Amino acid sequence: MPAPRAPDTFPRLLLHHASIRGNQPAIREKYLGIWQSSTWSQTRDEVEWLACGLAQKGLARGAHIAVIGANRPRLYWTLMAAQSLGAIPVPFYEDAVAQEMVYVFQNAEIEFAVVEDQEQADKLLEILPECPKLKHIWYDNPRGLRHYTNPELANYDDLREAGRARARAEPGLFTAEIEKGDAAETAIMLYTSGTTGHPKGVVLSHANLVCASQAYQELEGLRDDEEVLAYLPMAWIGQNVFSYAQWMVVGFRVNCIESAETVMTDMREIGPTYYFAPPRVLEGLLTQVTIRMEDASWVKRRMFQYFMDLARRVGANLLDGRPVSGPDRFKYALGKLIVYDPLRNALGMSRVRVAYTAGEAIGPDLFVFYRSLGINLKQLYGSTETSVMVCVQPNGEVKPDTVGPPMKGVELRVLDSGEIVLRCPGLFRAYYKNDVATREAKDSEGWFHTGDAGYFDAGGHLKIIDRAKDVGKLSDGTLFAPKYLENKLKFFPHIKEAVAFGDGKAEATAMINIDVQAVGDWAERRGIPYSGYTDLAAKPQVIELIRDCVEKVNQDLARDPKLAGSQIHRFVVLHKELDADDGELTRTRKVRRGFIGEKYATIVDALYSGIEHCIVEAQVRFEDGRVGSVRADLPINPARTHAAQPERAAA
Amino acid sequence: MNLRELEPGKVERKLGDVILSLDDVSLSFGGVKALSGVSFDVREHEVRAIIGPNGAGKSSLLNVINGVYRPQQGRISFRGETRTHMEPRHTAELGISRTFQSLALFKGMSVLDNILAGRNLRMRTNILLQALRVGPALREEIEHRKRVEEIIDFLEIQHVRKTQVGRLPYGLQKRVDLGRALAAEPKVLLLDEPMAGMNVEEKQDMSRFILDVNDEFGTTIVLIEHDMGVVMDLSDRVVVLDYGKKIADGTPDEVRASQAVIDAYLGVKH
Repeated sequence: MPAPRAPDTFPRLLLHHASIRGNQPAIREKYLGIWQSSTWSQTRDEVEWLACGLAQKGLARGAHIAVIGANRPRLYWTLMAAQSLGAIPVPFYEDAVAQEMVYVFQNAEIEFAVVEDQEQADKLLEILPECPKLKHIWYDNPRGLRHYTNPELANYDDLREAGRARARAEPGLFTAEIEKGDAAETAIMLYTSGTTGHPKGVVLSHANLVCASQAYQELEGLRDDEEVLAYLPMAWIGQNVFSYAQWMVVGFRVNCIESAETVMTDMREIGPTYYFAPPRVLEGLLTQVTIRMEDASWVKRRMFQYFMDLARRVGANLLDGRPVSGPDRFKYALGKLIVYDPLRNALGMSRVRVAYTAGEAIGPDLFVFYRSLGINLKQLYGSTETSVMVCVQPNGEVKPDTVGPPMKGVELRVLDSGEIVLRCPGLFRAYYKNDVATREAKDSEGWFHTGDAGYFDAGGHLKIIDRAKDVGKLSDGTLFAPKYLENKLKFFPHIKEAVAFGDGKAEATAMINIDVQAVGDWAERRGIPYSGYTDLAAKPQVIELIRDCVEKVNQDLARDPKLAGSQIHRFVVLHKELDADDGELTRTRKVRRGFIGEKYATIVDALYSGIEHCIVEAQVRFEDGRVGSVRADLPINPARTHAAQPERAAA
Repeated sequence: MNLRELEPGKVERKLGDVILSLDDVSLSFGGVKALSGVSFDVREHEVRAIIGPNGAGKSSLLNVINGVYRPQQGRISFRGETRTHMEPRHTAELGISRTFQSLALFKGMSVLDNILAGRNLRMRTNILLQALRVGPALREEIEHRKRVEEIIDFLEIQHVRKTQVGRLPYGLQKRVDLGRALAAEPKVLLLDEPMAGMNVEEKQDMSRFILDVNDEFGTTIVLIEHDMGVVMDLSDRVVVLDYGKKIADGTPDEVRASQAVIDAYLGVKH
C-alpha cells in the first residue's frame, strides 16, 4: 500500500485541515452585524457539494471558471471546488467595468462564472453577446435578480443543493477527483493589471503557491491561530497568497469584512495578528489619524506630538533590539500607556504580530510611523509572476528604503542594465496563450526578468528604485526617477496622486491630485467654501498649499547631489481625480504615466511652453458607465527650486 | 418579511386589488381649500406617485391618509374598511408607515436605535420586563435586532450602524428614515419627497431602494416627488393635483400627454 501523500495541492490541504482541525473555525463572515464562522469540516462539506454541482454541470479538468466579487466565503469555496475538479479559477477585480472583462473571458474561453450579486451578474449579461462561450452564471446574493429570466443565470443555492444530492448518490466522487490532481498542475490564473496592452494571464501551479506559502510560514513561524482580515481584491496576488494560499497551507482563520466601508470597524473587532496592507491603505489610515488629531483638544494634540516625536526617535530602535537609554525607555513606556496602545487599538492593530506591506514603494516617514508604534511592519518584494516570493525583511534588519535580502530558495542577480532577474520555486509557469511574452519575461535558463531597477546595499539588502523602463534622464543627463519624485510628493497628506514628467526634457514637472478629504478638512477649518473636487482644486489657497509641499520636496532633493537636478520647476493641480475607470490608474491604483501624458498632452505641453494657463477638457466615466466631460482652465504654477547644495563647503 | 427567506417567485410583480381608496375627499383650513373632492385608489404592490406644483395639496393628502388631518368630507377605505377619517396610531397599526419631507429622526441616537424605534408597535413585552432584560423581553429584543440588521443590510448602511444620526450626511439620513418606516413591516409605505435635496447619485441609490422594497417585500408605495424623471421611471400610475383638485390620473405616459398637466406645470396664457 502506498504511503499517504503529503498534502501538496489546495484540495488535499483542505481534506488535511478538515481531518486534523475540523472543529476549528476556518473562515468568518460578518452578516447581519454578527461574525458567522464556518469550521474546516463545514468548509469541506460546502466545497464537496459545490464541486459535485459544478461537475454535474460539466466543469471539466483544465477549464477556466470566473470568480467575481468581494471577499465572501462562498467565493473562496468556489476556488477550492474548482481546484478539486482540476479546473482553474480566474478571479476578477470586482470594480472592473464590463468591457474590461471581455478580453479575459475570450482569452481564457470561460464557460462558467460564479458571481457575488446583481451588479456583477449585470456586467456578465452585458458582455454575453461578445462571449458566446459563457454558459452558466451563478450568483450568491439573489437580491434584485428575482425577475431575471436569462437562461444562463442560476442561484448558487440551487447549484449547491444539486451538488449535495449528487454527493449523497456518489460519495466517493469528490475525493476521487482530488486524488487525480497533481501539484504541478495549474492552481489559479491571475491576470496582471496590464500597464500596457492587454492583461496577461499568469499561470501559477499548486507547487508555486504552496512552496511560496511554506517559505513564509517558516520565516515568520505562522501558527494555525492567526487571525487574518480579507479585505483586498481577490484578483490581486497579494490577497490571494495571504488570504488563500497561506490560509490553506497554515490553516489559520480568514475573516471576510462586511463591506468596503466597514474595514476600520471590522479590523478593530477581529484584531488581526497577521496583517497585510499595500502602502496606500496604510497612508489612508495615517491621514485619518492626522485629521482626527487636528480636531482633538489642545492637550491631546500636544501630548500626541510629544510622544510621536519620541516614538520616531526611539520606537523603531526598541523594536529592532538596538540600545536605547534608560530615561527614553521610561518615557516610551509611559507613551505606550497613554498614546501608542490606544492608537494601536483605534487602528485595530493591537494584536498584530507581523505586518507586511508591498505592491509599491512606501514613504520612509509613513513606514517609520507604524514601526515607531511598536507594530512590526516589514516590506517585501515580489510580483504576480513570482507568487510574491522574492525578498522579505527579516526581524531586526528592517530599513525603510530596502526590501530585505532574498528569501530561502530564491536566486537573484542584478544585470548591468540595473534590471533585477531571479529564479525561485514560486516562479510562474507561463503567460496563458502568450509564448512571446513568456519568452520575453523568462529566458532560456529560467531567469525571470522583473523589469524593476535596483541594487544590493552594503548589508545585502535589495533596494528598488523604479521600473527599469521608467528611469530616464533630463536633457542635461541628470538622473530622473519619476516614481521617486511622485512618492516624495504623495507622502504629504494633502496630495493623493502625483505624476512626474521630465524624461528628455530640460526640467522636471508634475501633475498633482489633491486628497479631497484632507484638503477639504483643511479648507473647512479656514472657512474656504467649495462645492466639490474641481472647485476645491482650483482655489488659489489650495494651490499655495500644494506649492508649499512641492517646494519642500525640492528642498529635500537639493540635498541629494544625484537628484538635485530633477527638482520640480512647475506643477498643475488637476481638475479631476485620476481614476481607474478612466484608465488613468491601474486596478491596483498605480498611475499609468504614459497614458496620462497622452491624455493630458495639452497640460504637458503647457508645462513646458512657458504659458500661464491652459484650457483642458477631460472625459469622465461615471460609475454607472455613462460618459461625461469636465472642462477646466488650469493655471500653470511655478515652484521655487534650490541650487544643488554642495556636499561640503567650498574651500 | 425576511429578505433571505423569501423564496424567489413568491412575491410576484403583479398588481393586486385596490388596497386603499379615497372617495371625494375635501379638506379645508378656514377659508383655504387644501383638497376639494379628490378621489383615487391605490392597488396592492403598486408604486403610485402623487405630483403637482407647490401648494397643490400633496402633503395634505398624505396627512389625510395617515390620519394627521381629518377631512371635512369624503371617505377613506383601507383593506375593505371604510371610514370618514383615520387615526394616526390606528393607521400605523393597520400597516401604513411613512417617511417625512423634513426628516423625523432622533438626531442624538444611533442609526440602529432609530430603526429599532420604528419597531415600537411590534414590541409586546412591557417596559418593566424590558428594563430588567429578563426572559421574554430579551428574546424579543434579539428578534427585533435581527429584523433591524436585515434592514441595515438591505439599505447598505452597515458602516454607520452605530453612528449618531445627526452626524450623517443628508442622503444617508433619508435612507435611515426609510429604514425606520420599513421596520414597522408596513403594507403601504407613504414617502413624502424621498429624494428632496439629493444629488444625482443619491437619487439613483434611493430609486433603487424604493424599487427593491416594492419588489422584494411586495410593499405598496405611495410617493410624492418633484423630480419628474424619477416619478416617470418609478411609478406604475400617477395622480396629478393642482390647487387641491385632481387634474389627471393614469400611467406616466398618459399623464405626460395630458393637456391639463402641461398647463398646470408650464402655465397657460389668460
